[in-house]
Amino acid sequence: MTVLDLEQLASIELPTTDEEIWRYSRIADLDLSTYRPVAHAPHVAGPAEFVEIDGDTVDLFPDETPDVFAELNRRAAAQIRIVIPAGTTVDETISITHTIAGDGVLVCPRLVIEVGENSQVTVIERFVSGADGPALVIPVLQLRADQAARVNYLSINELSEQAWAIGNQQAVGFQDSSTLLASVALGGDYARVRTEARLSGKGGSTRQVALYFAGGTQMHDFRTIQDHDAPFTHSDLLFKGAVQDHAASVYTGLIKIREHARGTAAFQTNRNLTLSDGAWAQSVPNLEIFTNDVKCSHASTVGPIDEEQRFYLESRGIRPEIAERLVVLGFFDEVLSQLPAQGLAEGLRARVAAKLNIGEAAS
Amino acid sequence: MSTLEIRGLRASVAGKQILRGIDLTLRSGEVHAVMGPNGAGKSTLSAVIMGKPGYEVLAGSVTLDGIDVLALPAWQRATAGLHLIMQYPTEVPGVMLDAVLGEALISRGRDTSTLGQVLLAEAKRIGFEERFLHRPLNVDLSGGEKKRNETLQLAVLRAKFAILDELDSGLDIDALRDCSRRVEDLSNDTSDGHEPMGVLAITHYSRLLNELKPDHVHILVKGRIVTSGGPELADVLESDGYAAFVPEEDLIDEATASSGGLDGLFAL
Repeated sequence: MTVLDLEQLASIELPTTDEEIWRYSRIADLDLSTYRPVAHAPHVAGPAEFVEIDGDTVDLFPDETPDVFAELNRRAAAQIRIVIPAGTTVDETISITHTIAGDGVLVCPRLVIEVGENSQVTVIERFVSGADGPALVIPVLQLRADQAARVNYLSINELSEQAWAIGNQQAVGFQDSSTLLASVALGGDYARVRTEARLSGKGGSTRQVALYFAGGTQMHDFRTIQDHDAPFTHSDLLFKGAVQDHAASVYTGLIKIREHARGTAAFQTNRNLTLSDGAWAQSVPNLEIFTNDVKCSHASTVGPIDEEQRFYLESRGIRPEIAERLVVLGFFDEVLSQLPAQGLAEGLRARVAAKLNIGEAAS
Repeated sequence: MSTLEIRGLRASVAGKQILRGIDLTLRSGEVHAVMGPNGAGKSTLSAVIMGKPGYEVLAGSVTLDGIDVLALPAWQRATAGLHLIMQYPTEVPGVMLDAVLGEALISRGRDTSTLGQVLLAEAKRIGFEERFLHRPLNVDLSGGEKKRNETLQLAVLRAKFAILDELDSGLDIDALRDCSRRVEDLSNDTSDGHEPMGVLAITHYSRLLNELKPDHVHILVKGRIVTSGGPELADVLESDGYAAFVPEEDLIDEATASSGGLDGLFAL
């Protein structure tokens, strides 16, 4: 593993919010010189025979480095590589935990998942803080699902509210493969993930789900691209977020259907709850379609708790603050119920409940 | 014995007066049917009594055993003993029926330890499928299932007075019979020291009243109760329709009002 030196860090030119993909972001607040690159040792649990730690850096998308942070990661990756040979079903979940210090460290965790033909695996990657205090995490996920492979991936961000995270995810699925990319984001001061999910083989499918919930002055920032690069491909995305206090969130999603991707179906839904007047959420859906033979839809909403839903519960004799809690937790249940490794869902639901500011005293 | 008393109630929606002075007195165990044509203010009456946002009370009072209902937030109206069965029950994604009833019992200071058994028994009694008990409220339920669900909640929570806003709308004959019978039973039920439940059944059609036998029938037209009587009034309505109950001066009012509006327009 290479650790970046400070001189290299100083020479990096950061993007600005003038670029559409960084619009609404907090990139202008980032000062790389305040962080100190350190070596990083993740913890891995599960079947070890498929996992290689700290090997040579692998890049499944060498000609498509999305931004300067992905570039940084490639130069100084703390890499975990998971290779599942063809025809292998891995029953046990592979769990990776990154514990990040809080004294101004900069780390670049890199996870490469290569799943062979007709194989199956579930990988969970969790980011937590060892202590409060500033940190910069620059993770990269690269994932390849070969023909008829079935891949479930869940990323959980439970970093401290002082830590920054700027992540990139790139996935490609080949013929008849199915990929689930799930994300739960509760932590971070500014936490961003850009996900590009490409379908390059006929009949491939991806499903993307996310739950994000920001409080205090946190900001969550998601950019997604559903890229249909082959006929008869299917993608479905459901991102649900909430903001409370003075928190903010941004979701921008693009469905891209290339000319040769006939018979494709692509769906994108983003719903946001604004739980206080000082909180802010932005949702920007986009479509780029170059063929006629497609089924495509997108829906996006930003708003407070539905008044009819609240009244319905209140009319049963439930206090307003408890009614609101029920509605918010119910809102997230649609995502929690779709996560891989359902054993985790209950714990995550409890952490969402604990974070919710409304009705604390009553519950 | 409890009393729900509505006096001189006037209310508006979006600046338009809908209720123009309603007077009604209900006592425990009595079933009152308020019947009226479209636009009479039926749903507004139920919404105002329960405190739904978006309605403005202009004058009058609603009291439950002397308590000023209109001064209470909606949830306290419910814990005080009012229960609204909605015409179109709201879907609440991800919020489970049993969880909601548990919270509703807690805020009434009631025991939740037998809720599971009570729910099963009530579901069976009303023909509500057991698998719906731990499902999100009203999500993906048919019209009939939603109303069985509403009636089940009423039976579990109990109320001094139930307000049924068009319980019969969207119901097939079986669901209508099951729901209206359950309400009728509650209005006679004095077991375990219960007061028999009073019922304000707001409805367009008299078919609800085949199983749920009203003691009093009131005809609501244009925000006023124009006639009150016994159950025979519903029969008259069934054969003659509402035209007989719309007072002539209302028709004249309307004609005058609309020609006045046109005059105003031409005057410009």
